[in-house]
Amino acid sequence: MSEILRRDPRKEWIARNRLHPQHLEVLAELGGGAASEWVGPNGLVRRNPHVVGFMGPNGLKRIDRSGVQQGAGGGGAAKAATQSKPLVEIESPAFLVAVVPDMAGGRLTGHDRDLLGLARQLADADPAAPGAVLAVIFGEHKEDGFAEAGIDRLLHLDGPDVEGFAPEARLGALVAAEEAWTPRHWLIPDSKLGGADLGRRLAARLGERPATGVWQIEASAEADLGWSCTARGAAGTLDIQRSLPRFALALAECAEPVSDTRHAASELTLPQALPAQLSRIEDLGQVAVDPAGVALSEAEFILSAGNGVRDWDGFHHAAEVLGATEGASRVAVDDGFMARNRQVGATGTWVTARVYVAVGISGAIQHLQGIQSCDKVVAINMDPGCDMIKRADLAVIGDSAKVLEALVALVEQAREEKRNAA
Amino acid sequence: MTVLVSVGRHPVTGRSRRADQDARGVELARTLPGAEIGLLHAGRLDEGNEAALRGYLGMGFDALTLIEQPESSDALPALAEALKAAPPQLVIAGERAEQGEGSGLLPYLLAERLGWPLVSGLAAVEEVSGGVATVLQALPRGQRRRLKVRLPAIVTVDAAAPAPRQSAFGPAQRGRLEVSEAPVAADVEMAEWQFKPARKRPKRLKIVKAASARDRFKAAAAKAEGGGGQVLTDVTAEQGAAAVYKLLKEEGVLR
Repeated sequence: MSEILRRDPRKEWIARNRLHPQHLEVLAELGGGAASEWVGPNGLVRRNPHVVGFMGPNGLKRIDRSGVQQGAGGGGAAKAATQSKPLVEIESPAFLVAVVPDMAGGRLTGHDRDLLGLARQLADADPAAPGAVLAVIFGEHKEDGFAEAGIDRLLHLDGPDVEGFAPEARLGALVAAEEAWTPRHWLIPDSKLGGADLGRRLAARLGERPATGVWQIEASAEADLGWSCTARGAAGTLDIQRSLPRFALALAECAEPVSDTRHAASELTLPQALPAQLSRIEDLGQVAVDPAGVALSEAEFILSAGNGVRDWDGFHHAAEVLGATEGASRVAVDDGFMARNRQVGATGTWVTARVYVAVGISGAIQHLQGIQSCDKVVAINMDPGCDMIKRADLAVIGDSAKVLEALVALVEQAREEKRNAA
Repeated sequence: MTVLVSVGRHPVTGRSRRADQDARGVELARTLPGAEIGLLHAGRLDEGNEAALRGYLGMGFDALTLIEQPESSDALPALAEALKAAPPQLVIAGERAEQGEGSGLLPYLLAERLGWPLVSGLAAVEEVSGGVATVLQALPRGQRRRLKVRLPAIVTVDAAAPAPRQSAFGPAQRGRLEVSEAPVAADVEMAEWQFKPARKRPKRLKIVKAASARDRFKAAAAKAEGGGGQVLTDVTAEQGAAAVYKLLKEEGVLR
């Protein structure tokens, strides 16, 4: 094609004339899509101020000049921000820092991220000889943010023998990793989700004395590895100052998670396949517990009811079928539909559920405070403008009773199919 | 079966007492019908410790075996020898001590030294028969997992195990402390550490990393977070339910 830019004065005129019936079509043609910017005939960038901006709260048009709201809006900007994080690649690391995240529910927990931040501190301390962070994860996962969490090398061990509660098989894999790469540090979360158990097993197997309950590290010239640490002892009543050993079991918030950089997260494999070993512990699977007996503050899955619920029998039935712990908003409790100990929010219980389903709850600020630490929030509500919808990861606008009924039918149908298949 | 007991420390007054988790372990052992239970402790015998150890005797025991060890010595060799000399079927221990390092490593080191399997965080022992114990392990969020472990084994007790019964004063005073001697292994490494009363941990600050003043203001004045959620309007109840079902299934909360 020729380099000469051809002008169509008529189209330009239409593009300038907002009242022209063909205005939008021509704009789209000239600019390609949402035409807020295009290259003009002389190579200058032309801007159309009429298509940028958004309607402000008082009905006036506002233009955000910080560059955040260009065309597509907030989501695109956020995506661009993650893309623009600098990628750090460590080709030949001087040493390795191994981390064994808990991966509760198949994702990195906050505790895991803190630990990875601590591992980065240890690895990046000497810029002349940077170390690499190796994460060892077991079983299937749903995490896609390994690179942003600060992981350079990833050892993913999958298979039926490391699924579930398999401390002996996992221990065998970690010992194999130790033999293969001999990391300078091993960091394991000191958590009930499995890290505390696995870390102590590993240290006992390798005959090294770990530091447990570590919550702070400092560079120290006297220590062997160049670091000293502060650890909690005696059921949390003592602080123990000691040099950091090779194995450390660290508490949550021991360091800031990685936020500025992206890392390679390249996959590693063990040099040899793991030997099959006879386990002396057999996992018979999780036991069904009565969800009503689980304390609200530590329940994993909560079905919560608010002012919008009319069919209370249907709600209780749905909670039973889904196997969810019941919660309630303050209105539902004050009106006498739910017990006081079921109230979620600032004046009730601060919940930590992984999945929180809010049925007919508009989302008062006190309620939203109570569900701050929930991972996934589902809202079923009639009002599309309420605050709960803004907080929710998935919102369904509709009659809550009907949606719950359909959900119960779906779950029962799936169970029936499973039973028939078995 | 043997329960390893230790001297606890009251979190408020700092006085010696029976350790909470060890007492739960004793209670757990008591729930098994027809079990022959022995109590084992390694440590120093003085006035305060004796009162605390007699707390265990008051849960219905005639005697407690005490291996005398000086303060801040390594109890592991003494306990391992004692267990090796008369191996029980099941050893129950608390998760971590309320005094000293309190690392919770002792059961793991014992298991490694004796070559026995270990299960941590038990809520209940359901059955012991034919050299296999069926146990319930407490998981976070009130969940339970059933495990089968080959005996002899070491198990540790979670806070979800049944609460210990009250210690009766009369039987506690009548019970015997059978003191025995064992070689002492000094804990050299621990002597180098500095111990201080626990400092309150600093609260994590919310750090806003923003390029422009506008972003910082926005972060400071932000009301509702999120906003990236999917909103389904004008759908039938069935479509909405299907979307919710899909999310619940992905999160793995449906059983």
